[in-house]
Amino acid sequence: MTMAGAGKPIKAAGTGRVSDLRPVGVLSTLAIVAVAFALGALLILAIGGSPWQAYRALVVAAFGSANGFAETMVKACPLLLAGLGVTVAYRARFWNIGAEGQIYAGGIAAALAGIYLGWLPAALQMPLALVAGVVGGALWGLGPGFLRARLKVNEVITTLMLTYIVVEVSSYLVHGPLRDPTSGITISPQLARAAWLTIVLPRTRFHLGIILALVMAPLLYLALNKTVLGFQIRAVGENPRAARVAGISVERTIILAAVLSGALAGLAGAAEVCGVQHRLVEAFSPGYGYLAIAVALLGGLEPLPVVFSAVLFAALLNGADAMQRAAAVPVPVIYVIEGLVILFVAARSLKRGVGL
Amino acid sequence: MIRQILSVAFLTGFLAATLRMATPILIASLGEMVAERSGVMNLGIEGILILGAFASFAVAYRTGSLWLGLAAGSLAGAFLGLTMAVLSVRYGANQIVAGLGIWVFCQGLASFMNRRLFGVTATRPTVTSLEAVRLPLVGALPVLGDTVFNQNVIVYLSLLAVPILALFFRATSWGLQLDAVGENPRAADAAGVNVSLVRYLAVTAGGVMAGLAGAYLPIGLYGLYTDDLTTGLGWMAIAVVVFGRWRPGWILGGALVFGAAEALQFRLQALQFPLPYQFLLMVPFVVTLLVVILFVRGEQGPAALTHPYRRSES
Repeated sequence: MTMAGAGKPIKAAGTGRVSDLRPVGVLSTLAIVAVAFALGALLILAIGGSPWQAYRALVVAAFGSANGFAETMVKACPLLLAGLGVTVAYRARFWNIGAEGQIYAGGIAAALAGIYLGWLPAALQMPLALVAGVVGGALWGLGPGFLRARLKVNEVITTLMLTYIVVEVSSYLVHGPLRDPTSGITISPQLARAAWLTIVLPRTRFHLGIILALVMAPLLYLALNKTVLGFQIRAVGENPRAARVAGISVERTIILAAVLSGALAGLAGAAEVCGVQHRLVEAFSPGYGYLAIAVALLGGLEPLPVVFSAVLFAALLNGADAMQRAAAVPVPVIYVIEGLVILFVAARSLKRGVGL
Repeated sequence: MIRQILSVAFLTGFLAATLRMATPILIASLGEMVAERSGVMNLGIEGILILGAFASFAVAYRTGSLWLGLAAGSLAGAFLGLTMAVLSVRYGANQIVAGLGIWVFCQGLASFMNRRLFGVTATRPTVTSLEAVRLPLVGALPVLGDTVFNQNVIVYLSLLAVPILALFFRATSWGLQLDAVGENPRAADAAGVNVSLVRYLAVTAGGVMAGLAGAYLPIGLYGLYTDDLTTGLGWMAIAVVVFGRWRPGWILGGALVFGAAEALQFRLQALQFPLPYQFLLMVPFVVTLLVVILFVRGEQGPAALTHPYRRSES
């Protein structure tokens, strides 16, 4: 037994093979969510709280009223867009963990456009602000994509470092050149009204960007499954060597996937700025880009299921404050649950009978 | 300003701060090096740092003993390293995803426990951090005596770990077995090495060191805990391992570069350098970026890095 495999070349298995992360059954996904929440409940019990009370408060806050639902969807919007961005990247085996930075790059670009392009025809302003966001995010994805494809620079480190950098840039902008002099706090002036995303559900914050995000999911599904680029991205993710033999330019595909990934996250930032904040605010993203990783992984890197995991994590985010008020459970419990979800997704290959 | 920067006092302070800031990166990098040379990449280092920092601070604050704090940080690191080992060795998990999971989980748990135990208060609870110990004889040297030879115990131990680990890999059979497992697990298995056991030990040891590196922050440096205490040090440690080509001596050099970047940022802020503070905060991240772009590209590392080993696979 010991000698059986000696001398044979080691086959790359597990890590790097995107197919280990997908596709996933509805049951195994539900099981992951259930176990993560059960462990979260244990943690709440451990600090003397009532999991029942906590989770009930969470569900009521997230879905119990029209406004609660609208707020959940307001948070699902950036999670979904950035989650789709992460999905594209990971399908090409490009380990982008800087969606947070790409959200900031997009948000900053959209805010600049919305503030300074007020002289343009009104009908152009909102689309232009969104395009600016897409371009900002795409640029923030292009750098790491280019470095990885052409120079083999590890993208996990570059995407994260660029995140830390752009967060400081946004802080500098609202403290310095972009600060609203009439405000006592460090925020930028408001975007021109014409650059705001329209409210869809009256008397809530449910804005047009949410519809846009929901449309992007099937679009990305089509792009991944019915277009040449989509095929190339999937081929490169499954087996770069085979893709190269088949005549696909692996470098070009990785760069395009990185740009597309950044563009989607940039759109998330633009939608947040144009639809919710209406100005540049320091730390306007409470970690949407990091949560987006869990969103994409729980959705099995498939665009349509990602919609559901985005809404799930948005409900968590939206209900966390209510949970804290009702059951004195500190808000970060949702990041514990998120981490557990990622760990379980990582361990999912267990079922394939792997291990020594 | 220029005269201030070039003064002996500034340089002495800068050198001492470089060493202090390099220490957590050095400890974490050496631990990550051990894990990676066995074939497992642990991307959860940043998370282990923050949970190690929290565990050590909480225990040190409650018991009044810095040593118990250090032990708690190491224990947390051991537990998380073991978790990573179980996922990557037992389950053959995707190591990148597993590492991300550890990172997010730790960040959440540390922040959760911090709010629970200490709440959000105006005055942060503090502990008195480890005192610097001036070494006899060499401590009297000019400049060096005030910098290299006037540090706390953890700094000395981390420096000592560099030759010890170099020797371990070069001259002991355990070190050779560990490298064999990382380079060619099948051959190592055939030669009778227990691949799984070696990886379990290596990844857990790496976790202990990351936990210790995290514990160093409140216990050896700041005397307090905040949720953003680590600010990317764990990610820098991962970059340093590649920069250091998986060799202890080079890793020491890399850690000093990053320590210098961190120290420079603090020193310039203290001098009220005429640049918005956000740009000073960026310095270590920009340095990390430049280092990976200029020196780290294309480095492959141990042949079996990130590849789970399955004996049955033909």
